[in-house]
Amino acid sequence: MLGAGVPLAFVGVFFAWPVLAMVGRGLFVDGTLDLGGFADVLARPRTLRLIGLTIGQAALASVICVLLGLPIAHVLYRLRFRGRRMLRALVVLPFVLPTVVVGVAFRTLLRDGGLLGSLRLDGTFAAIMLALVFFNVAVVVRTVGNTWEGLDSRQEEAARVLGAGPVRVWFTVTLPRLAPAITSAASIVFLFCSTAFGVVLVLGGSRFGTIETEIYLLTTQFLDLRAASVLSVMQLVVVVALLLLAARARGRRTAQRRVDAAEAVHAPRLGDAPAIAVTLLVAVFLALPIVSLVLRSLHTADGWGLGNYIALGGTGSRNALVVPVWVALGNSLQIAVQATVIALVIGLAASLVISRRPRSPGLRRALAGFDGALMLPLGVSAVTVGFGFLITLNQPPFDLRSSPVLVPIAQALVALPLVVRTILPVLTGIDGRLRESAAVLGSPPWRVMRDVDLAIVARPVLAASGFAFAVALGEFGATSFLSRPDRPTLPVVIFRLIGLPGGDNFGMALAASVVLAAVTVAIIALVERLRVGTMGAF
Amino acid sequence: MTALSVEGVTVSFDGTMAVDAVTLDVAAGEVLGILGPSGSGKSTLLRSVAGLERLDAGRVRWHGDDITALPVHRRGFALMFQDGQLFPHRTVEENIAYPLRIAGGRGGSGRGGAGRVDELLELVGLAGFGRRRVTELSGGEQQRVALARSLAARPRMLLLDEPLSALDRELRERLAGDLRRILVDTGTTAVFVTHDQDEAFAVSDRVAVMIAGRLVQVGTPAEVWRRPGSAQIARFLGYTTVLEGAAARLVDAGAPGAIALRASGVVVADGGQVAARVVRSTPAVDGARVRLAVDGIGEVDGVAGAGLPVAAGDVVGVRFDGAGIARLGGSSLGGSPVGGVVASRGAADDSPFVDGARA
Repeated sequence: MLGAGVPLAFVGVFFAWPVLAMVGRGLFVDGTLDLGGFADVLARPRTLRLIGLTIGQAALASVICVLLGLPIAHVLYRLRFRGRRMLRALVVLPFVLPTVVVGVAFRTLLRDGGLLGSLRLDGTFAAIMLALVFFNVAVVVRTVGNTWEGLDSRQEEAARVLGAGPVRVWFTVTLPRLAPAITSAASIVFLFCSTAFGVVLVLGGSRFGTIETEIYLLTTQFLDLRAASVLSVMQLVVVVALLLLAARARGRRTAQRRVDAAEAVHAPRLGDAPAIAVTLLVAVFLALPIVSLVLRSLHTADGWGLGNYIALGGTGSRNALVVPVWVALGNSLQIAVQATVIALVIGLAASLVISRRPRSPGLRRALAGFDGALMLPLGVSAVTVGFGFLITLNQPPFDLRSSPVLVPIAQALVALPLVVRTILPVLTGIDGRLRESAAVLGSPPWRVMRDVDLAIVARPVLAASGFAFAVALGEFGATSFLSRPDRPTLPVVIFRLIGLPGGDNFGMALAASVVLAAVTVAIIALVERLRVGTMGAF
Repeated sequence: MTALSVEGVTVSFDGTMAVDAVTLDVAAGEVLGILGPSGSGKSTLLRSVAGLERLDAGRVRWHGDDITALPVHRRGFALMFQDGQLFPHRTVEENIAYPLRIAGGRGGSGRGGAGRVDELLELVGLAGFGRRRVTELSGGEQQRVALARSLAARPRMLLLDEPLSALDRELRERLAGDLRRILVDTGTTAVFVTHDQDEAFAVSDRVAVMIAGRLVQVGTPAEVWRRPGSAQIARFLGYTTVLEGAAARLVDAGAPGAIALRASGVVVADGGQVAARVVRSTPAVDGARVRLAVDGIGEVDGVAGAGLPVAAGDVVGVRFDGAGIARLGGSSLGGSPVGGVVASRGAADDSPFVDGARA
């Protein structure tokens, strides 16, 4: 009961309430339901254009991610070669890199004088698309790869023996079995892309945006809360629909039998050449922005050097910052630790509850609903959550507006779905009879949970904590709303620095981005050593 | 002395009856085999005794005390699953010591942990395996470890759910012998579920046959084997043909009612008792399996020795071998056997441990 109550209360107070409060502002005027706001907002050409842009952008990015992700998943999960594990680790990195860092990296790559400056892509739709693909291709690779790895290749062999050519085998045997994983991954990618915030804000300039950046602009610059909440409602509807789709796909996927991964892999053959070529090209594409960022950060007004890094001890030109960058890094680390602890406690408790299979069908449905609700923070606008905090948590019993706990709580909300998706599949994979064995041998229920569930899930929990920490460290959307001016986090400082160009500020932003990326990479490298397949898979 | 009493236990899942009013006693130190086809509810019955299923009706008693409401972990039984269910994150030693640690924590009398583990490893023939990871073990070794773990805390009763079914034939036969020896040597009261008659007969003192959620016959292995309670039970035990009336008496002159035949009970032989025409002949390792149309009986399965080649259409002599023939009408619990109830020294009538399952 406590296991269900604590996560429910947490998600209720810190997610549902603020989001509903924001939504309420759009639907109710002076206490009465008024849908006029919708007509009003939807009549604006700018809104319509941004909605179209958001959907088109997300759809295109999802398609590209699937097309690129499938060959990579094949190479990394079905072929046997040295360095496979390292490549799998590398491919997940972009996903956890802070959005602001990726935005800055792409700017250095694409702007005049950058490695790809000659392509003149800076400030274009293509630039945003590249960045979205950069982020999300890992989602497809990890999700599809994780399924693919366990597929029994004898089914393909059976089809081959029956006379099907490789192309027919792929379309009639392999693809249908991967379809649920592809649907699940694609809907999650669509979700991430349609709510992309930091990267679009940095790369899009004034011409391009998403519903998410528009909500941000409407609330912070135009103070048009009504329009902002109308957009939030629409976003919520789309997000819920997508999550339902993803959840259904997940349900179908778990029905498949998995085989030992060792049986399914083979050494690379000539037929794998196209997939390997795609993988190599994408690897170069993933490395380019990072290489460009690092190179550019070492470039100062006086030529090559560490000047930008040395400047991190100060507050920037024209006193752009309130605190030195190193202090902001300290803040970030501290807040991320708090966020991780919260996300883990809540996520583990929720996973333990959801992994139960009660006899009553009603309870089973309730648990499935709870599972779905926990995924919501993944897609609901971080800006909506952040702003919702401000308007709901400013009065008793939760007068937290000026409290330092708001930022870690918001970051924990963002990390929570990732924690649950890493831990829950492992818990549901435990054979119920293992628990029964422990019970029959004399273990009371608490001991069964400790000796079976917690013992088996220990590594995934460790991996999830690293993952949550990395995500919290880079969180920008909600943090940008909630962090107090005297206690900014590193992503907030980076955004501030690129917003005030001139002097050393841009160089400092680059150096700070490299530092943030390095910390993230170090954490993920450690976590990958744990070899938890569910991490980063949806 | 009756140790376990199962009284009218009924379990259903979503309206489907899995265990239907089963009543059964097990004596202290006895090994009872529950034999039945898959889906007959035998595992559910075992789980009910362990406390893992919620009963729709009925009680479970231990030495007279009602333990129906006692939670699983307080019953002091042990349950061994078909695939062992060893804890994958623990070594062999740690798996076996698991119940000892619980007992130690509870009563403070976890007697000499390491010594007991070695003793158990010795008992199951795995001395020196303590430090291995359980994931490195073969299926047979894993089952031995699971058995050692189940016995570690000296359970009041051991429940075994198809403990040997996942193993290959040769290993299964060897382990069945070991299992019987270990259970008898340790004086353990045990209930053992299987769908394999050989396994049930090799391990059990008494066998209870379960079909479609109901207990249909209880008796010693020999009784059940020689006198199946009904045609249904006979077929489940591997008898291929049931004969009644004159046909039955043609095979077994003294048969008071119906009889059941296995293929091995019908042997092609020169100068046999009756004549038959070969309908079909399939080669086997030791000769041939044949389908015979026997005069006055009809078509039955039989065997032909390697020295006597037969082909479809041949007319041959047939001899009946008593070892492959059973008289129906042992103490059936679930209804009347084919050919009418026969007065017999049926197990249920004089066994103190069995009551009729149904009124």
